[in-house]
Amino acid sequence: MKLIKVEHAYKIYKNGTTAIADVSVSINKGEFVFIIGSTGSGKSTFIKMLYREEKPTKGKVVVGGIDVSKLRNSKIYKLRRKIGVVFQDFKLLPKLTVYENVAFALETLGLPTKEIRPKVIKAVEAVGLKDKLRNVPSQLSGGEQQRVAIARAIVNEPKLLICDEPTGNLDPDTSREIMKIIEKINKDLGTTIIMATHDKELVNKMQKRVIVIENSVIVSDNMKGSYKVHESIKNSK
Amino acid sequence: MRALRILNRGIRDSFKSVFRNLSLSMASIACTTVTLILVAVSLVLTYNINNITTNLEKELTIVVYLKKDSTNENRVTLENDLKTMENVDKYVYKSKDEWMAEMKQENPTLNVSLDYLEENPLLDSIIVTVKNVNGLGVTAEKIRNYDFVSSADYGEGMVENIIGIFDVISKGTIFIVLALVLVTAFLISNTIKLTISSRKTEIEIMRLVGASNTAIKLPFIFEGFILGIFGSVIPIVLSIYGYVYLYETSGGYLFTKILTLAQPFPFVIVVALFLLVVGCLVGMFGSWRAVRKYLKI
Repeated sequence: MKLIKVEHAYKIYKNGTTAIADVSVSINKGEFVFIIGSTGSGKSTFIKMLYREEKPTKGKVVVGGIDVSKLRNSKIYKLRRKIGVVFQDFKLLPKLTVYENVAFALETLGLPTKEIRPKVIKAVEAVGLKDKLRNVPSQLSGGEQQRVAIARAIVNEPKLLICDEPTGNLDPDTSREIMKIIEKINKDLGTTIIMATHDKELVNKMQKRVIVIENSVIVSDNMKGSYKVHESIKNSK
Repeated sequence: MRALRILNRGIRDSFKSVFRNLSLSMASIACTTVTLILVAVSLVLTYNINNITTNLEKELTIVVYLKKDSTNENRVTLENDLKTMENVDKYVYKSKDEWMAEMKQENPTLNVSLDYLEENPLLDSIIVTVKNVNGLGVTAEKIRNYDFVSSADYGEGMVENIIGIFDVISKGTIFIVLALVLVTAFLISNTIKLTISSRKTEIEIMRLVGASNTAIKLPFIFEGFILGIFGSVIPIVLSIYGYVYLYETSGGYLFTKILTLAQPFPFVIVVALFLLVVGCLVGMFGSWRAVRKYLKI
């Protein structure tokens, strides 16, 4: 079953810059997809369109049955509840503990406290931070902070987990650790993963579907892709 | 139930946020406090001016003296005409004998000396109360036109000046109050904008995890509400105790007995409630305006 369906999507910014041009792609439920491309290739914009941080100028973007291109500003929350997002800079609230940071997502949705607790514990366990529940972000390492962010993203059991360069700020060992956790989420929970990254080693090692975006268009889409494809395209130019 | 929990969370978070961003909260509270004190002073001033004007108006009368040779018929004619005059509220006839009796009663020395007079030298009079003080002069002029009327006097000139000045002061104060309220709303809005920009991440995450716009706005609007309440505490205490103190130490009037102060109760309670409501509304409006900006894409 298709979870994401993008048809002839364009994103042209007000200043005239074309970030995405005529992109069509579909992603099935439970897939693990890497999005790679150089800085300024349109990769980030593509990812942002999926959770409606950017609205497509033209074309159709359907995520989990919701037509993102027609979604009104005030209804974005309906889409966001089906999606978890993880960023390079973690975006944790510095004054809240690990537990509170993860619970925050459910509290804003108005869930009752007795439902929140088991869900938070489950999510924190999934990222292996159960013994750090009472710590605040400044007492955690970068990798641990990213794990908290992942726990927060999956606590609501979303169908889709979007990761925008989640290992960008982390050393190779920690990156591998984070990747293991994300892979586990993909396998155990069946969550679809879309990950933008610059980490060649990771992409080559994982042997997953790789979509390469260059100059606003998809230049390659391989089911068992690697960074090599990307580089050969770049070098041929 | 879900809505209730979101509401509950909104209230809880807004309290937390007031204390977490204490210095900015204090700035908002201080600016509300200062403005509300000014609003309170203006309210007290306006109300008292109105009070004094009403009191003055009640006491303003035209004293009509009839000529010595006027007849009883003349008096009846005037009285009938007064009934039809638009601005006349009521009138009382006071004969020269009544005047004489009054004078004798008021002053014992005069009492003895007046007894030596063979004839009462005073004049019969009609005391006319008007409905509208502004028409005092016109009404007096109309009465003067009767040839059996000796004089029709009121505190000409001075009274009109005082009432004119009071009118300007009370209208000016209302304008100042409105302007102050508006300025406070924008000041609070800007202060909360500062607290919000320091909480951009929080709003970003809330949006990201799928909080509806209402759920995001609620804590901020409550925060404005709380800031408004805190900001109105000192002005309320000041206006209640301050005014009661002023009233008691001054004995209820300023400088002369004409400038009487209004009774403190229930006036100060009304002022207190008004300050509270204005404080809350201004706070809520300010934060609503501030948070709106961050909810657009």
